[in-house]
Amino acid sequence: MSQTVLFDAPGPRARRRMVWVNVAATVVVAGIGVWVLARLGAKGQLEAALWTPFLTPDPWVDYLLPGLASTLKAAAIAIVTSAVFGLVFGLGRLSASRAVRAVSGAVVEFFRAVPVLLMMIFFWLGLARLQLLEPRDLPLVAVVLGLTFYNGSVFAELVRSGVHGLPRGQREAALAVGLRRAQSLRLVEVPQALIAMLPAIASQLVVILKDTALGSIITYPELLDAARRLGSGQGNILQSLIVAALVFIVINYALTRFAGLLAGRVGRRTAGRARAEAPSLAVTTDR
Amino acid sequence: MDDGYLEQFLSLFDQFDVLGAFWVNIQLTFWAALLSLVLGTVLAVMRISPVPSLRWAGSTYVTLLRNTPLTIIIVFCVLGLWGQLGVQLSPDFQTNFFRLAVVGLSVYHAAFVCEALRSGVNTVPVGQAEAARALGLGFWPAARLVILPQAFRGAIAPLGNVLIALTKNSTVAAAGSVAEASGLMLTMIEFRPDVILLIFFTFASGFVLIVVPLGLATTALSRRLAVAR
Repeated sequence: MSQTVLFDAPGPRARRRMVWVNVAATVVVAGIGVWVLARLGAKGQLEAALWTPFLTPDPWVDYLLPGLASTLKAAAIAIVTSAVFGLVFGLGRLSASRAVRAVSGAVVEFFRAVPVLLMMIFFWLGLARLQLLEPRDLPLVAVVLGLTFYNGSVFAELVRSGVHGLPRGQREAALAVGLRRAQSLRLVEVPQALIAMLPAIASQLVVILKDTALGSIITYPELLDAARRLGSGQGNILQSLIVAALVFIVINYALTRFAGLLAGRVGRRTAGRARAEAPSLAVTTDR
Repeated sequence: MDDGYLEQFLSLFDQFDVLGAFWVNIQLTFWAALLSLVLGTVLAVMRISPVPSLRWAGSTYVTLLRNTPLTIIIVFCVLGLWGQLGVQLSPDFQTNFFRLAVVGLSVYHAAFVCEALRSGVNTVPVGQAEAARALGLGFWPAARLVILPQAFRGAIAPLGNVLIALTKNSTVAAAGSVAEASGLMLTMIEFRPDVILLIFFTFASGFVLIVVPLGLATTALSRRLAVAR
């Protein structure tokens, strides 16, 4: 529904009234802002000494950039591994064999219902017990595994619902030119499904990036953890957290915008219809 | 695996209040769902309103909150709101942390509720709005009487997804020192690392048991309440 239908194109009187409402709304919004600033000021949080360190290189070089590097590292590895997991189990859910379908379905449903933090804690302590890894690698591996199982399952659902969303003619045509069912899936359906699902895939990348912050709970030295250490060292925890949040917001916003551009550009190459939202649980998307 | 092993595992339940921890998650989810529904509806109305400054404020809120990790928001509520600014939501120490976590969960998920409602508004045919306008309704009566009731029904499935995400995200309250399931799992595993698998599956299946029926219920509801067109 287009936005303009809910109200008429404003005439001169409505425009005048709108100016007033606009002014009133601005006053309210700005008033909330001023009130927050005043409270912060009263607590001495606006003092330049608490903010200016972020304009110097030291906190960035010593804390924030290494933290950001760890965040990006975990996210990058997790993106690759969850893409693999998603493709394997997504194809599993589309398989001709009923047993493969059932097993993949159960795996995907299970990992989507379990909170990522539970999995991270489990892998963190469980792998420590197995003593296969260097103790200092444990948090990274646990973060990546937790992210992989959850986001991989979401990717699997995206593959599946993407293929289901394709027009039937795509498979019929593939079979008609003599491809086998698996070939049709691999060469015709899945590539189109992935393109159609690009916006949803991108929003899942944002989820991966955000969820790396859970790593701070299991001692992975990512951006939030770095900000917390920086802030408690310098006595400006509030400011450090805000700066860390802004870094996340900028990256995630850029990612979303980039995905939008990409979707518009490659969207024309597919017969599939792009759906913006990632399905949350199969029980809610199953036909 | 002999009998003693299983018995030892079961004795853990006498020592640790597993159901109590899950109950905390459910309470967190309930209050945060309520608050974020209210805040998210206000934001959604702001975003479809004729007033540009309100639209701008609404979309800025959604962009900022949606792209911030929930963990940062929860940590901010505890270290920032409480630690630095002295916002006290309850004289009781534990209740204070609980309420701060509810605030964090609510402001974060309100952004997603707003998006879900906007997708619900998109399911309302243009003709409905045109008819409301033709009857002489202004923006607010049209939104309140015609658009929003239909939008809510159309948004049940995405709202259900937000509720499911909120249920799972209630574990992040551990970052705000709230004694809930994920924190208890950590303690239990540290106490009895030999039964780590069973402990994990206990907690994991707890969430499966909460989340899957929620998903089924919202799917059924969304079918039942869908506006027939």
